[in-house]
Amino acid sequence: MVFPPRKKMEEVRLMKGNEAIAHAAVRYGVDGYFGYPITPQSEVLETLEELMPWETTGMVVLQAESEVAAINMVYGGASTGKAVMTSSSSPGVSLMQEGLSYIAAGELPALVVNVMRGGPGLGTIHPSQADYFQATKGGGHGDYHFIVLAPATVQEMADFVGLGFDLAFKYRTPVMMLADGIVGQMMEKVVLPPARPRRTEQEIAEQCPWAVTGRPGWRKPNVLTTLELDSYKMEENNRRYQQTYDLIRRNEVRYKEYHTEDAEYLMVAFGSIARICLKAIEDARARGLKIGLVRPVTLWPFPEEIISELSKKVKGILVVELNAGQMIEDVRMAAKDRVPIYHFGRLGGIVPNPQEVLDAFEDRFLKSK
Amino acid sequence: MENNEYIKRPENLVYRKPRLLNDNNMHYCPGCSHGVVHRLVAEVIEEMGVEHKTIGIAPVGCAVFAYNYIDIDWVEAAHGRAPAVATAVRRLNPDRLVFTYQGDGDLAAIGTAETIHAANRGENITIIFINNGIYGMTGGQMAPTTLEGMTTSTTPYGRRIDLNGYPLKITELLAQLPGTCYVTRQSVHTPATVRKTKLAIRKAFENSLAGKGTSVVEVVSTCNSGWKMSPAKANEWMVENMFPAYPPGDLKNEE
Amino acid sequence: MAKAKGAVEINSERCKGCDLCVVACPVQVLSLQPKEVNNRGYHFAFASNPQACIGCAACAAVCPDGCIAVYRIMPER
Repeated sequence: MVFPPRKKMEEVRLMKGNEAIAHAAVRYGVDGYFGYPITPQSEVLETLEELMPWETTGMVVLQAESEVAAINMVYGGASTGKAVMTSSSSPGVSLMQEGLSYIAAGELPALVVNVMRGGPGLGTIHPSQADYFQATKGGGHGDYHFIVLAPATVQEMADFVGLGFDLAFKYRTPVMMLADGIVGQMMEKVVLPPARPRRTEQEIAEQCPWAVTGRPGWRKPNVLTTLELDSYKMEENNRRYQQTYDLIRRNEVRYKEYHTEDAEYLMVAFGSIARICLKAIEDARARGLKIGLVRPVTLWPFPEEIISELSKKVKGILVVELNAGQMIEDVRMAAKDRVPIYHFGRLGGIVPNPQEVLDAFEDRFLKSK
Repeated sequence: MENNEYIKRPENLVYRKPRLLNDNNMHYCPGCSHGVVHRLVAEVIEEMGVEHKTIGIAPVGCAVFAYNYIDIDWVEAAHGRAPAVATAVRRLNPDRLVFTYQGDGDLAAIGTAETIHAANRGENITIIFINNGIYGMTGGQMAPTTLEGMTTSTTPYGRRIDLNGYPLKITELLAQLPGTCYVTRQSVHTPATVRKTKLAIRKAFENSLAGKGTSVVEVVSTCNSGWKMSPAKANEWMVENMFPAYPPGDLKNEE
Repeated sequence: MAKAKGAVEINSERCKGCDLCVVACPVQVLSLQPKEVNNRGYHFAFASNPQACIGCAACAAVCPDGCIAVYRIMPER
């Protein structure tokens, strides 16, 4: 999370994470964005409307009448082989679960950004990480998964747009960027990705032979449907989905390690809270307390191996999340409870400071034990 | 037996089903209006020569399998979401002919918001709306367009206004919106009305290609299975009971 | 005035015996098979009175299953 030294000519900009997503989308050559306003992510749509990319790249930007409509616009756009995305925040993403299930079942590439806020219900507009289960366990109906990327910096908010679409098209799957209100609203330095043109119709036809584009005489109709009443065929479809998920599990696990080489204890945290943990760890190291950090970058597939490996070396693991304990379940499964694994979380939109994290660590592992 | 066999020569052919309506046996009940409207859609696309740039959006309901019968590219939408799907398909592919094919439950109950907002934005799509006043696929439950007093499996003693509200005249509603350019109500119970419906679909498709706004073609239809009567009787019942509530004719026709 | 002469060809396997063509025919050419059924169990339509056919295609227009092809020759003058 420390910025590497930049080349002199790179254009460093200062902006919010939400704004970075909008800029990155236009530069990546995204074909369409469909969204509905909700705090704390409305700047994505606002920035796009300000940028007017339909005048430059030809990107379509549309404010839908609801998140339900927005995700179904994404479904429609993706069906035609276009690179399409939406963004929302927790209550809105709940409304999108039906559509996400269809997009996963249709094996369609798409990018969905969730800038999480506190729930349940209308909850709060303040940051949270309480949608971990919804994102990683398949929030809609049916047996499905999609890749979940967790950005911790504004730079990653920008970079994961491109990464998200690359993965989405590689595996024909929706990809979710699971951010939170902190990284969405925070202003930070960012180097925007280079601009490139949108794909041509010809390129789309070559890359996406399945795309619904209008049927030329030489081929059979392309039909995008998620319905299959023949149980044997439906089982086949499900097996195909699972094969894709296995492939993704093998190839696409991403995480970052900090100070793990000599760590006696481990923290696991994702997104912006991982930065607070890193500060806490550095403070602890100044006092001779050797803690390391694993920051999962893909929440699904979950970086099980590294956590399993490290669990054999450390005395205990603290999972820090802005929720009541969700990712801890995956950490415990990966670490097979070899060592004590505890959770620390703040709820309702409260963000702990590094001292609080360290206090929690000392409370769990060092006091009277 | 038939001594007019000599007439059956290619040069004497005046009608046969369009090529785009394939040979799959349709799953619809005998006498169902869907089959006629499917055939008309296929005929119009074929006659306009636009199959290479036509994208159909199928609904959830009886017509969920429309893609099995008309040999064009299709997207099967979630229940009620066809107009949202069509919005993106058309906006991202502005030279395509994009139409939705929806029943009354899909369009006027679960998908009311998507329908109204797509029409209000004036999306350059055609909405083909099959109104038979009942949910056919799920077994004959009440639809938003079910008539007062009409018996369905969820209104076994007839639709009561005090319990279920009024039959929704969504086509009249859509005609009020400045985004729509052509709103018409047709039927397919006689040879003459079938021809008129075909002309209406053609006009709507031409509007969509020309980018004139949203076109809506309601087809007042029968569901003889759901209504529990013979196909011929269902047609009579439709004329007597559905037409007073849903009178055929153009509601809006902007040149 | 001499009438046009027509003929119908019915895809009896595709036919579901809904009776709508029988009702639509202005000259009572068609009937449903009283006993015989097709492979799907329907009493399919057939031309019981083919001589009367005028090739107007009313039957084909209302057929929900696209089963009917219609042929016509105009009367010689």
